[in-house]
Amino acid sequence: MEDHDHGETMFQILSAEFLAPGIKRFVIEAPRIARKQKPGQFVILRLHQRGERIPITIQQSDAQRGTITLVVQAIGKTTHMLDSLEAGDSILDIVGPLGKPSEIGKFGTVVVIGGGVGTAMAYPTAAALKRAGNRVISIVGARSKELVILEHEMREVSDPLMMTTDDGTYADKGFVTDKLRQLIDNGTRIDLVLAIGPIPMMRAVADMTRKEGIRTIVSLNPIMIDGTGMCGGCRVLVEGKSQFACVDGPEFDAHQIDFGVLIQRNAMYRSAEQKSMADFQHERESLLAEIHNQKQAGCALPGGGR
Amino acid sequence: MTPTANKSLNPLPLKERMKVPRQSMLEQPPLLRAANFKEVNLGYSEELAKQEALRCLECAKPACVHDCPVGVKVKEFVQLIVAGDYLGAATKIREDNVLPAITGRVCPQEDHCEGGCLMGKKVQPLGVGYLERFVADYEQRHMDLRNVRKAAPSGKRVAIVGSGPSGLTAAGDLVQKGHEVHVFEALHELGGVLVYGIPEFRLPKQIIREQIDYMRAMGVQFETNVVVGKTVTISELMEEEGYDAVFIGTGAGAPQFMGIPGEHLNGVYSANEFLTRINLMHAYEFPTYDEPMLDFRGKDVAVIGGGNTALDAIRSALRLGAGKAYVLYRRSEAEMPARHEEVKHAKQEGIEFHMLTAPIEFLSESNGWLSAARCMRMELGEADASGRRRPVPVEGSEFDLPLAVAVIAIGTSANPLVQSTTPGLETNKRNYIQADPMTQRTSRKGVFAGGDIVTGSATVILAMGAGRRAAKSINEYLSSGQW
Repeated sequence: MEDHDHGETMFQILSAEFLAPGIKRFVIEAPRIARKQKPGQFVILRLHQRGERIPITIQQSDAQRGTITLVVQAIGKTTHMLDSLEAGDSILDIVGPLGKPSEIGKFGTVVVIGGGVGTAMAYPTAAALKRAGNRVISIVGARSKELVILEHEMREVSDPLMMTTDDGTYADKGFVTDKLRQLIDNGTRIDLVLAIGPIPMMRAVADMTRKEGIRTIVSLNPIMIDGTGMCGGCRVLVEGKSQFACVDGPEFDAHQIDFGVLIQRNAMYRSAEQKSMADFQHERESLLAEIHNQKQAGCALPGGGR
Repeated sequence: MTPTANKSLNPLPLKERMKVPRQSMLEQPPLLRAANFKEVNLGYSEELAKQEALRCLECAKPACVHDCPVGVKVKEFVQLIVAGDYLGAATKIREDNVLPAITGRVCPQEDHCEGGCLMGKKVQPLGVGYLERFVADYEQRHMDLRNVRKAAPSGKRVAIVGSGPSGLTAAGDLVQKGHEVHVFEALHELGGVLVYGIPEFRLPKQIIREQIDYMRAMGVQFETNVVVGKTVTISELMEEEGYDAVFIGTGAGAPQFMGIPGEHLNGVYSANEFLTRINLMHAYEFPTYDEPMLDFRGKDVAVIGGGNTALDAIRSALRLGAGKAYVLYRRSEAEMPARHEEVKHAKQEGIEFHMLTAPIEFLSESNGWLSAARCMRMELGEADASGRRRPVPVEGSEFDLPLAVAVIAIGTSANPLVQSTTPGLETNKRNYIQADPMTQRTSRKGVFAGGDIVTGSATVILAMGAGRRAAKSINEYLSSGQW
């Protein structure tokens, strides 16, 4: 499909399934990205002609089939719209793989911590670390039972897998940091911690490991636009200096990150985001119809005009 | 530069031409336009264009042509306007410039075609930019894309990295030589800095789309959402995808910050981010468009810098409803690199210019939001490497300027994405790509580069000049096989 300001094919969704309420897994045709993707990298996508660009970590890819897998939690307008899409629908723009891949090496014992939907992003790195000969201890946390995702996959690469829910409806009641504390107190030798999840979780992990002198990596998801280092909107304060999460990250040394600035900058458009979300509740059907139509228009006019 | 009038279609004797005043372009009134994003300049009517064209002295050695980075045959196209052959004039421009509707709007004509105009020595120079714009807009209204001719295929394939001014120019020139040209763009929309950097009120998006449609009609192929260096590398393009040559025109790309305290505060933007939100993402049309923007209404805003980007940013802020809108520039107005017309327009719109002023810290009263900039006054000292007098801080001159938003527009540095993933591609110490200034050849066989990624931040037309030179040497390379 071509139109006046858009040069190429759209990206077709081959399968879409809910892993948990509000968390959906998509397999999407994106051969160029699938060929290059490494664990830790992300894409930026845009759903429709008036849409925003949002970064989403690539969960995994299949170079042979030319597909990438994204796991998306509905939080704002764009992610809610995305989670309403099904197999056969298309995404207008996807660009990537962006950011530096995770550092994969033989570290010894690595603790991989996934919080909520962050577990989906932690999984490919955990698997790669395991393949690289590390002992991978995983800690997976979720708010409650129905939000636990990828337990089976994580268990396969972990030795052992430890789990918590905030409300105790599944596994042990508590937070991922409780499990990390246990490991440390038990005298487990930990060479590296990788934590991916909500900012407060990553911050709490960083505070705990800083005191123990354990090297810790976190994956950041600040507000982004282009994703190529052009705009500087995703800058984070690392060791007191600005770095761009899109090209210098998204993974950083957790002990050097100013989490306060990250939280403050992520809140910059809070009121606009709330308005978008409220409007979306009213115009949901017409917007989704538009996304379906842009696909049909593309089929009707191969290589043609608007 | 002796004026010659033999064989001229111009009915006016040379002496009379000097008496015709330069024709002004119609424009939106300042107070009206400061509240909308529509184009400021409204163009020439046929009558005004003809009247202006009559002023050309038809020099034997026209400085306008010599001083144009792409060598537009100004004298010839202006004569065609006098003759009333506007489509002929457009064809004449297109021989050298594939983006006439764009350069007619954004070129700093005073530095090129109009700068050396003989008329300008006595009265005002010929309005070359205005005439170019008139011809390009006339062509757009009257041409049929189906009549655009395609060259016979050469069998060679060229990849162009980046769809900004240098890439589009190289693509346009190469496709006319019969090469298969494929342009890769990282963003979702084509045009590079023309789309994300220059606001609608100076260069409407529709104009860019039309120019790109014209290139499609010539046979240029485009692929968006490809970040060369990430999605695919230069080596892969050449070794796996079968491109015989590559032109890199990725632009300067990375925004520079000032390195002063408080740059991470909410409300402090790079000009690239601020303008990308507005131009590429249409944040000024939120919530019709999803990309959000802060509420600027009644808020005091400053831009730091003195170039076109700085003026684009502050005039955009004004259109978002800003209260006070300041330009803070550390040198004096004489050193401002912005186009003269933009400075004039900005002043008419009520932008306040604070020259010899630079922030040294961004301050916050609450919750990480910007509340003021601590500034210092400067004075001009000795000339620096750029040939401009160096600004020196005046001791004890600190003052606080209350601000809700500050936009940093002090320039850009090299984006390393392509360089760092292309073995054998030499760069200079500031990490710009090394390319021969005449042939645009890089250190790697078959790879050419031009525009801001070679020179650092410059102008649309200089990037187009580089694209043009690159196309010429790519064509020679593809024809001869000699590196």
